[in-house]
Amino acid sequence: MKTASEIPHREKSATDAFVLEFSNVSKTFAVGKRRVEALRAVSFNMPTGVITGLIGPDGAGKTTLMRLAAGLLKPDQGRINVLGLDATADSLRVQASIGYMPQRFGLYEDLSVQENLDLYADLQGVQKKERPSRYEELMQMTGLAPFTSRLAGRLSGGMKQKLGLACTLIHPPRLLLLDEPTVGVDPVSRRELWAIVYRLLQEQEMSVLLSTAYLDEAERCHEVVILDEGRVLGQKPPAQFSAELQGRAYLVSFSGANKRHIQQQLAAGQGVIDAVIQGEKVRLVMAANVVPRVDSMLKGAVQAAVQPVPARFEDSFIAMLRSRSGGEPAMSIELSAAPSQPTASAAKVIKVDGVARRFGDFYAVRDVSFDVAQGEVFGLLGANGAGKSTTFRMLCGLLPPSEGKLLVAGLDLRKAAAAARARIGYMSQKFSLYGNLTVLENLNFFSRVYGLSGAARKERIRWALETFELEALAHATSGDLPLGFKQRLAMCCALMHEPEILFLDEPTSGVDPLARREFWHRINELAEQRVTVLVTTHFMEEAEYCDRLAIMAAGRILALGAPADIKKQARSKHNPDPTMEDAFIGLIQEGHGSEPIQ
Amino acid sequence: MRLRGLMRKEVLQIVRDPSSIAIAFLLPVVLLLLFGYGVSLDAENVPVALVVEQPDAATAHFAGGFLGSRYFAARQSFSMEEALQSFLRHEVNAIVYLREDFSANLKRSEAATVQVIVNGVDANNARLISGYIDGTWNEWVRQQSLASGLGAGMPVQVQQRIWFNSEVRSQNFLVPGLIAVIMTLIGALLTALIMAREWERGTMEALLVTPVAMREILIGKLLPYFALGMGGMGLSVAMAVWLFDVPLRGSMWVLFGGSALFLLTALGMGLLISTLAKNQFVASQIAIIATFLPAFILSGFIFDIGSMPPVIQGLTHVVAARYFVAILQSVFLAGNVWAVILPNAAALVVMAAVFLGITRRKSQKRLE
Repeated sequence: MKTASEIPHREKSATDAFVLEFSNVSKTFAVGKRRVEALRAVSFNMPTGVITGLIGPDGAGKTTLMRLAAGLLKPDQGRINVLGLDATADSLRVQASIGYMPQRFGLYEDLSVQENLDLYADLQGVQKKERPSRYEELMQMTGLAPFTSRLAGRLSGGMKQKLGLACTLIHPPRLLLLDEPTVGVDPVSRRELWAIVYRLLQEQEMSVLLSTAYLDEAERCHEVVILDEGRVLGQKPPAQFSAELQGRAYLVSFSGANKRHIQQQLAAGQGVIDAVIQGEKVRLVMAANVVPRVDSMLKGAVQAAVQPVPARFEDSFIAMLRSRSGGEPAMSIELSAAPSQPTASAAKVIKVDGVARRFGDFYAVRDVSFDVAQGEVFGLLGANGAGKSTTFRMLCGLLPPSEGKLLVAGLDLRKAAAAARARIGYMSQKFSLYGNLTVLENLNFFSRVYGLSGAARKERIRWALETFELEALAHATSGDLPLGFKQRLAMCCALMHEPEILFLDEPTSGVDPLARREFWHRINELAEQRVTVLVTTHFMEEAEYCDRLAIMAAGRILALGAPADIKKQARSKHNPDPTMEDAFIGLIQEGHGSEPIQ
Repeated sequence: MRLRGLMRKEVLQIVRDPSSIAIAFLLPVVLLLLFGYGVSLDAENVPVALVVEQPDAATAHFAGGFLGSRYFAARQSFSMEEALQSFLRHEVNAIVYLREDFSANLKRSEAATVQVIVNGVDANNARLISGYIDGTWNEWVRQQSLASGLGAGMPVQVQQRIWFNSEVRSQNFLVPGLIAVIMTLIGALLTALIMAREWERGTMEALLVTPVAMREILIGKLLPYFALGMGGMGLSVAMAVWLFDVPLRGSMWVLFGGSALFLLTALGMGLLISTLAKNQFVASQIAIIATFLPAFILSGFIFDIGSMPPVIQGLTHVVAARYFVAILQSVFLAGNVWAVILPNAAALVVMAAVFLGITRRKSQKRLE
C-alpha cells in the first residue's frame, strides 16, 4: 500500500491544462432488444501529468469511456476533448498522439516479440533510425530483452501485458489510456507494470488514465474517478475519499475461533457497513457515529479486541456503493438436507497425487499433489495461466490427467466419472448458463439434467429462488442479468442436486466488490453445512477466506497450507507482517524467478 | 511504411498458421481429386440384368450388343423373378427382358417385344440409361436389317459431331467449373475468417487506435491473400491440365486475367462478410451459405442454368461464380471466345467494384 507521499510526482509546469475533458457525454448501446445506457451525462476533466484511476464495478462503463476517449466510439451526446482535439471529429489526429491499451491487448500471438514491435513501429510511423534505441529502452524497461525472438503466444500473462504496453509506447504518447492492465496478472508482474507506469510519468511527461478492478490500486493513483452504472460518483485524490471515513475503520483481533465465523457474525452486526477478513483479523467499517460493540455482536465466549485503524480507499468505496444500493441483503443458505454427516473429522474427500496434464509438449499442470478434507474451503491461488482451471477440469472429470491419480468423493474419475459427477457441483469461469433462457428455465433445465423430477424438483427450484433471492427475476432472461446475478444463478444451478463437493472456477472475477462479499458469505454458509468447497481466484485477499490453499504458478504448486502458515514463510526482519501478496511474490521470486512458462 | 508493415505481418501469419495455407493449396488438391475422380456424370458400367427366357442364336446376338458395350455391365439370367429380386436389391439399375416367344415372333416378322425396366429414382441417370439402351437396341436393329438386306437404303442419316468436348468426358466440363468453386472458397472463406479473427482476438481494436487508415488495413489484407489465391489458382490449373488432361484451348493470359478479376470479387465478398459478422464462426457460416453454396449450385458448374426456372435463372445473375464458370469453360474448352469472355469479365468488374465499395463504406475506424 502506497501513501500519497510515496507516489512519484512530476513538477507541474504553469501551462498545464487538462489532457482529457468529458463534458456531458452519454452513450447507449442496443444489446438485442435491450438498450444499455453505458454512460449517462458523464463530465470530468483529467489533469496533465498525473495518473488518474478509473474505478468502478464491472459494467460501470469504464471500457466505453476509454474507447470514447480513443475515438473508437461516437458519443450520442456531449463533447470529448483529447489534448485539445475533438475526439470524434479529429479521431485520426487524436489516435496519432495517444496510446491506448485495450483490455485484451491485440498482440499477434503467432508473431514474435520483435515482430510485434516492428509492426506497431511501422503503424505508428516510427523512423527506422530511431528504432534501435527505442526498442532497447522499452525492452530494458519491460524486462523482455531476453525474449525478443519468442512468439508472443508463448509468453506468460504478465509478459504479454508488458509487451502490449511496449507496443503502445513505441511512439511515446502524451496521453496513455490503460484499460484494466493488471487484471488476472500475477502480483509480480502487477508490481512491475506499476513501476513502469510511474517511470513513464516521471521521465516521459506522460499523463495516464488507468482503469482497474483492484481497489488497492486506486491508492496508487493521484486522482480517482469513481464510475458506477454510467455515472461519475466522484473525483478526488484517493486519500480524500478515505478521509471521509476516518475514525470509522477498526481491526478486530481474536483468538480461538474460526475467522470466517467471526467475520460472518460481525457482518450482521448493528451499524456495520463492511466486515472483511484481513490477514488473521477482521476489518470493520462502521456507520457514522456508531461505536463498534463487538462483544454484543459475537456469540459465545470469544476474546476479541478492537483497535481503530486508518480508513483506506476500499472502505469508502464500499460505503459509497452500500449507500447507493440501500440496505444489506439478508443472506442465509439452508440446504434442504444437509449432506452426509461427518464420519471422521478429517475424511479426505479429494485426493490428488502426482497429477500432470500435458498439451502437446507443454505442461499446463505438473506434479500437483494435495488433498481436501470434508467441509473445508480450499483455494487455488494463481495468475492467469498458472494451471488452476486445468486442475479443476481434471478434478471434475472433464479432462483426463496425463499422469497421476485423482480421487473425488472416493471415486476414481477415470473409472467412475458419472458416479463421481453426481456428487459434485461445478461452476465454470464463464458461468455456463443458457443466456436466452429465463432464470426459471435454466433452473428447470439443470435440475432435470441432474435427474430431479416431480415434487422434488419443484421444491428444489422453490428453494433456489428463495435462498438466492431470485424470485423477482424468475422470468427475466438470464443473458440480460447483471454479472452478480448471473453468478448467483450459476451457483444455484451447480447446487441443484445438493452436491457434497462444490467446484467454483474464478467465481468472483469481474464481479463488483459488493457481490463478491455476498458471494463469500454464501460460501461460508455452505462450508458450515459441511459442503466441501474448492475455489480458484486471482484476488489475493480472497485467499484469506480459505481454510487452506495452494499457490500455483506455471503449473506447479509453490506452497500449500493454511493462509497464516503460508504468510509465515514470507516473514522477514523488515516485513514482520506480510500480506498474502507479499508471500506470493516471495514464493515466485525464490522459486524460479519471475519468468515462468517455457 | 504502414502498409508494408501490415502486409509483412499478414505474410508472417500465413507462414506460421498452416490452416490458411491448407485452405489455399490443400483444399484445391482434395476437391479436384474428389470431383475429378469421384464424380462422373457419365454412366459407365451400368449394372443391367438381361433376362432371356429362351436363349438361341437371335437372342445371343441381341445380348452380345449389351455384353460388349462399355456402358453396361450386363449379367444374364434366365428368369424374370431372379432379375426383379436383384433390381429391388439395387444390384442392377435396369432390366432388359426378352420373352420366350421373342425369336419365334422375330422370325415370323411379327412384333417381337423387348421389355425395358429402368430404375427412375435418379431421374438423370435413368434418362442416360434408357438412352444407352435405346442406342444399343437401335444398333442391333440396324445390323439386323443390313444382314437381311432390308435397310440398305435408309432415307435419312444423322451425321453427329460433338464440339468442344468431343470425347464427352465429364471431367472436361467439371474441372474448369470446379476451379471457380475452389476460388470462391479460397477468396471468400479465407478473408472472411481472417478479418473476423482480428475482431475476435482483440487485435482489431489495437490496430484501430494506431494512425493507420482503414483503407490501408483493407489493402493490407487484400494483397497477401490475392497472392495466395492466385497461387491456389495456378495449382488448380496445373492439375487440370496435367492430371486430368483437360485441354486448355484459350490463352493463359485470359485465364489468369479472368481469375484475377474473380478473385478480387471473392475477396471483396469475404471482406464484406467479416466486416458485418465479427466472429469467425458466424463469418464462416455466412461465407459458406452466401458464397460457396451458390457457387456450387447456381453457377452452372454442374447444373445447367438454362434449364432452371426463370426466377432462379434471374437469381444466378448475382452469383459471381456464374460469370467465372462461363469464362473458364470457354477458355479451357473453346478458346478465347471474346463474345463470351468480355461480357462476363465486365460483369465481374462490376461485382468486384460493388463488393469492395460496400466494404470500404461499411468499415469505419470505429467499434460500432
